[in-house]
Amino acid sequence: MIGIEHYIVVSSILFVLGVLGIFLNRKNVIVILMAIELILLAVNINLVAFSAFLNDLTGQVFAMFVLTVAAAEAAIGLAILVIYFRRRGTIAVDDINRMKG
Amino acid sequence: MDFATSFGLIIPEMILSVSGLILLLIAAWGGRESSQPVSIASCIALGAAFFLVAPSVCAGASGPDTLAFGGQFRADAFAGMAKLMIYAAAGAALVVAPAYFDRLKAMRPEFAVLVLFATLGMSIMVSAADLLTLYIGLEMNSLAAYVLAAYLRDDDRSAEAGLKYFVLGALASGILLFGMSLTYGFTGTTSFEGIRMATADGLNGGMLFGVIFMLAGLAFKISAVPFHMWTPDVYEGAPTPVTMFFASAPKVAAIALTARVALEAFGTQAEAWQQVVIFAALASIVVGALGAIGQKNIKRLLAYSSINNVGFILVGLAAANVSGASAMLIYLAFYVAMTVGSFVVVLMMRDENGEPVEGIGDLAGLSTTRPLMAWCLLAIMFSLAGIPPLMGFYGKWMVFQAAVEADLLALAAIGIGASVIGAFYYIKIVKVMFFDEPADVVKAKAGWEHWTLLAISTLFISPIAFLITGWLGSLADMAAAALFFAA
Repeated sequence: MIGIEHYIVVSSILFVLGVLGIFLNRKNVIVILMAIELILLAVNINLVAFSAFLNDLTGQVFAMFVLTVAAAEAAIGLAILVIYFRRRGTIAVDDINRMKG
Repeated sequence: MDFATSFGLIIPEMILSVSGLILLLIAAWGGRESSQPVSIASCIALGAAFFLVAPSVCAGASGPDTLAFGGQFRADAFAGMAKLMIYAAAGAALVVAPAYFDRLKAMRPEFAVLVLFATLGMSIMVSAADLLTLYIGLEMNSLAAYVLAAYLRDDDRSAEAGLKYFVLGALASGILLFGMSLTYGFTGTTSFEGIRMATADGLNGGMLFGVIFMLAGLAFKISAVPFHMWTPDVYEGAPTPVTMFFASAPKVAAIALTARVALEAFGTQAEAWQQVVIFAALASIVVGALGAIGQKNIKRLLAYSSINNVGFILVGLAAANVSGASAMLIYLAFYVAMTVGSFVVVLMMRDENGEPVEGIGDLAGLSTTRPLMAWCLLAIMFSLAGIPPLMGFYGKWMVFQAAVEADLLALAAIGIGASVIGAFYYIKIVKVMFFDEPADVVKAKAGWEHWTLLAISTLFISPIAFLITGWLGSLADMAAAALFFAA
């Protein structure tokens, strides 16, 4: 029998993978965008699982909002990335170092 | 509560959103030429919203009558007071922006529209009474803010600031959201009132994780240590009017939101989050003070200064009582004035060709070349350092008094000790301005709008403001009482 704790474990693993993806990845920024999506999807799994478990629709409504905002966020992220690439000609994470202190 | 009453409570937000949408259309059709009218119209919209919020603050609105849309939105005096500061700071950013962007031929009408939408998001944030409203408001503010940071798209540093802000901001939203999903799962509700009732007899493991994740996500937004790494880079890279906006309005909104989550939703379990807030407060004070010491760029220095100030404000939150919440609001009011004033001076630092200069060394000998500017910056720096009789001292004093009232003597003692470290670099700027050989770099004439803003903010932090502290204090007390009444 699959219970709520299985869902929480899966979503926690996805969440940790997403966070590690942001911090450990030294290659390029697109991977970071994917890691952010992973975090948001982990949250959605949580919300929907809790919603089903609690017999309460709020969680699913919340998940819809998260999906919508995630789409807007990805659009803005890619737009900023395009601006950055046009200026610098690279999207490697190690090259984002114009400012240091 | 019927629908009409609900709409009555969100009139300021409706003004902002409707005018934002209309101005967006005007911007799309009018192109570059429409930037001046759009800026003016945005300022008018902000002013209208300001004067519509003001009565509820003066009346100290609180209780169930302030709840709109079935408990999604709360328009009480606490939210109102935060909104007044947010609108004022956003208006200040709009006023100084044209002079900065015109020189770069980058003034486009979208700027004002983006500021309006960011302000609308912040307005929703501080009025959130439900996790969903909180999230929508926060994202509305953040999405506009990412674009604003990268606004100068032909500038390396601005694009990089936008990218960094986006990545870390999105990570913060993710962490916050994960905390919200856990809170929802273990309390079974998303409304702050419901969460408060569900946590009344103690937190279980899931709820504890929820509140810690939420506070971590919010700590990113207020740039409290250990989640402050993005602040210096973004503040340095973003165009100066945008930096001024970031350092003032979103800070107020995020701090008010943190206070609401901590004191309203998790108010019965203060011991659970108090330790975290105390740590963040002390770490912010110390890191903000030490990090600023070696800085050469004044925008970076002000970034560390803002981290430092957030630490002092969190001391008020750690107290977790009415006087702590009231002290936070008073501190924030003076913090906004000091931030606006110091960034106006940064905007006025331009060489004979009108190019902005940002080095602290460029301020050398300012007292002989531009005495008025130097004396204003002196007042602001002394106020930031917390030297009486300037108002920065009053804010710090209120915050520490609340901490002592809550028996957090060690926190207050260490905080006061660490504020001495901070005084070092503020006074160093004064030393550079008054005792170093004149570098004679700052030459360009500043417009009247800069001088007006500088005069207003300097007067607000000068000892003259002691005349209004009684009034300000009673407003803040009513606002804090509204926060605790709701709870």
